[in-house]
Amino acid sequence: MAAITLTVNGHRHQVAAEADTPLLYVLRNDLELNGPRFGCGLGQCGSCTVLVDGQPARSCITEIGALQGRRITTLEGLGTPDKLHALQRAFIAEQAAQCGYCANGMIMAAKALLDSNAEPSEPEIRDALAPYLCRCGTHNRIVAAVQRAVREG
Amino acid sequence: MNAITRRGFASGLLLSFSFAPALAQQTTPPQPKRLPGSLQTNRRLDAWLHIGADGKVTVCTGKVEIGQGAVTALMQIAAEELDILPGRITMVSGDTALTPNEGVTSGSQSMEMGGTALRFAAAEARAILLEKAAARLNALAAQLRVQDGMVTAPSGNGVSYWALAEEGLLRREATASARPKPPSEHRIVGQSFPRLDIPAKVTGGAIFVQDMRLPGMLFGRVVRPPSYAARLLSMDLDAVRKLPGVVAVVHDGRFLGVVAQREEQAVKARLALAAAVRWDNPPSLPQPAELHTHLKTLKADTTTSSEKKAEAAPVAQRLTAAYTKHYLAHASIGPSCAVAQYATDKASLHVWSHTQGVFPLRGDMAKVLDLPLDKLRVTHVQGSGCYGHNGADDVALDAALLARAVPGKPVKLQWMRDDEFAWEPYNPAMVIEVSAGLSAEGKIVDWTHDVFSQGHNNRPGNPQNGINLMPAWLLQTPHAAPYPRATAQPAGAGDRNAVPLYDFPNQKILHHLIPVGPLRTSALRTLGAYGNVFALESFMDELAEAAGQDPIAFRLAHLKDARGRAVIEAAAKLADWQPGARGDGTHGRGFGFAKYKGLSCYCACVVDLELDRATGTIRIISAFAAADAGQIINPDGLRNQIDGGIIQAVSWTLKEAVQFSPTGITSLDWDSYPILTFPEVPKVQTVLLNQPDQPPLGSGEASQGPAGAAIANALKHAAGLRLRAFPYIPERVKAALERS
Repeated sequence: MAAITLTVNGHRHQVAAEADTPLLYVLRNDLELNGPRFGCGLGQCGSCTVLVDGQPARSCITEIGALQGRRITTLEGLGTPDKLHALQRAFIAEQAAQCGYCANGMIMAAKALLDSNAEPSEPEIRDALAPYLCRCGTHNRIVAAVQRAVREG
Repeated sequence: MNAITRRGFASGLLLSFSFAPALAQQTTPPQPKRLPGSLQTNRRLDAWLHIGADGKVTVCTGKVEIGQGAVTALMQIAAEELDILPGRITMVSGDTALTPNEGVTSGSQSMEMGGTALRFAAAEARAILLEKAAARLNALAAQLRVQDGMVTAPSGNGVSYWALAEEGLLRREATASARPKPPSEHRIVGQSFPRLDIPAKVTGGAIFVQDMRLPGMLFGRVVRPPSYAARLLSMDLDAVRKLPGVVAVVHDGRFLGVVAQREEQAVKARLALAAAVRWDNPPSLPQPAELHTHLKTLKADTTTSSEKKAEAAPVAQRLTAAYTKHYLAHASIGPSCAVAQYATDKASLHVWSHTQGVFPLRGDMAKVLDLPLDKLRVTHVQGSGCYGHNGADDVALDAALLARAVPGKPVKLQWMRDDEFAWEPYNPAMVIEVSAGLSAEGKIVDWTHDVFSQGHNNRPGNPQNGINLMPAWLLQTPHAAPYPRATAQPAGAGDRNAVPLYDFPNQKILHHLIPVGPLRTSALRTLGAYGNVFALESFMDELAEAAGQDPIAFRLAHLKDARGRAVIEAAAKLADWQPGARGDGTHGRGFGFAKYKGLSCYCACVVDLELDRATGTIRIISAFAAADAGQIINPDGLRNQIDGGIIQAVSWTLKEAVQFSPTGITSLDWDSYPILTFPEVPKVQTVLLNQPDQPPLGSGEASQGPAGAAIANALKHAAGLRLRAFPYIPERVKAALERS
């Protein structure tokens, strides 16, 4: 098992895991991060989403061997409870969660969207979030939270 | 992390809490006073509340957070009655070692049962504290004022709860004699207090059982048979045992699992184990196209849900119809997960689970694992939204069966996506046959409703013989599932909401419970209500049309219930309902209404539908709802539940059906079980009718039935197509359009 170096939220980590290990397990179990969550292991639901060099990636199907030298950002890298990111603040303000299991993917997808389009229209937000599944029916609040983050910055 | 904190907290808590039930049973007089809500079955005040000298208050509830904000609302109730700031409260929920036994967090009863108990317990605790304060301050209790636990007498002298708190203060049986505050004095209840758990959920806090990390923790995975009926022929486990990181391979009958040091090693070992086993898997399920015909050929136990007979006008027109719905999956976004840890001597076990009922789960698990109840502790930790009985309980037993192979070591097991989809207990497929007679004046004079369905409530904790934990059915010495029985009306289960709220002079409602059917089934939100309301409210529209009346006016003409009428009228007003408006072939609107369970939240829903006739694709553009959930504890939380229920029901109605073939379940991922996505979600507007003087009612299951029915009626309104089979997937809609 070779050591692989990953750069996560600005910090470098040596990880003792096989190169074909999905990033998700390393983030959760070795780095003890809770933001990215296991939903399907198939890249279908989006709850494991992280940013790799600023682009959303499904960490459940992204092997760590391909990530040396890449910049990985998780939900924890956006903000902390004491210093919330605008999106996190907006999700709390809109109470945009029921169970909240999907919230990570929603926020990370929204972050990638806002980085490329600072003032998306509502249909643009819905389209950007289309590949991210929510089961509780909280979609409209999530859209409202993204709009609030756009408004309040 | 959340769960660790609880554990640390727990040890201290145990010392100061006398754990109530056993003691209470011994000291309770033969005919104890009836106490409100869950106080009736958990009668000690100190089972619910602890007032600390340090200014902290602990509230224990047997209800748990399943993503609906119940624990936040319960905290509001306690803070309100105690007159303290909510920030002083630590909520402890669902732990067999710490909290009251309130059964299962289900049936939208957390406010009604748990909230009512806490309201009375907290009011009584406040009264006890005021009595002590009055003596201390030389004043009458009635003259005292309380602000955040500080008690002040007219003289200006004061004393705090915390100074008055002493060991054993609440070690007594509740009497429910202290009157809770009148709603006019509420300052915390009725406010949209922000949910306690949301900040952690949007910042990566450790809040779910999936986030638990215990020292030395190992990772488990299970391998299931290819179908319920498959027989194990042979296997070769040696290669699996030699895989990197594998600590144990567990094999007990048809139960198979692996334990490994790293999670990805467990995932790889699971694949290897699956490949190392050969099964005999002959066809054992019906042809999907014949599902509903097949259901009606199966043995059913018939009970009468309601029967009314009265003189009535002669029947001028008779209508009959049959409606069907398919199996639905809970389809939680996060697959079920549990952590289990045996003591090194295997004499005791601690399980962390997102079960809806820690006590019923403990009871069933103890039987399977042959442990005394007091040697098995189940602690609730949140999971992904469950919407009813998903894999939460099963995975707890799975984890324990794996942990038994590595005593002393905690084992975390999260199901893979296909484990959840293929093995969860589905919401049953249903056949509902209705008939009604209309008088010459257009009034319904008789009504029948026959519902055919497998069981909707096959949870652990069934008092009859048998175990409702799926892994127990796979063991070498298998346990059998309990024989499903009907749940009594008015709540019902398969016949939930089969009994109309409308006033018909004659009616007969029969529930045909199919004890053994093709797919495994249990409780999904609303149980049978979604199917029954689909039939009932569709048929009301059919009858209204036959009578030449507006659907809403027709309903009001058959309904005396004042709160029901108000909700129907509020939804119609919100949606600007225009009697006589016509659909244009592709656009239409429909209406649906129900009082959940016949005794809970009222909800009426109007939807606007758009149909693409070329593809058969339906889109719900907007939904308008009115709800009366009695006294509102948290308006924003209530709105979240009503709106979310509508959106989930749109998904059920337009997209969802569990796919299977004769040899097994084929809905194994999100491609084979698609759900509603962002661009497909309707705009939702909801108006809440507050009833401050009425008991609070649950709302998580109120809107699904009305929303589904409203979609059915909207399709008829838009395109003239009365499609009596859910779901409205494009292929079915297109085929029906071509036939019509």
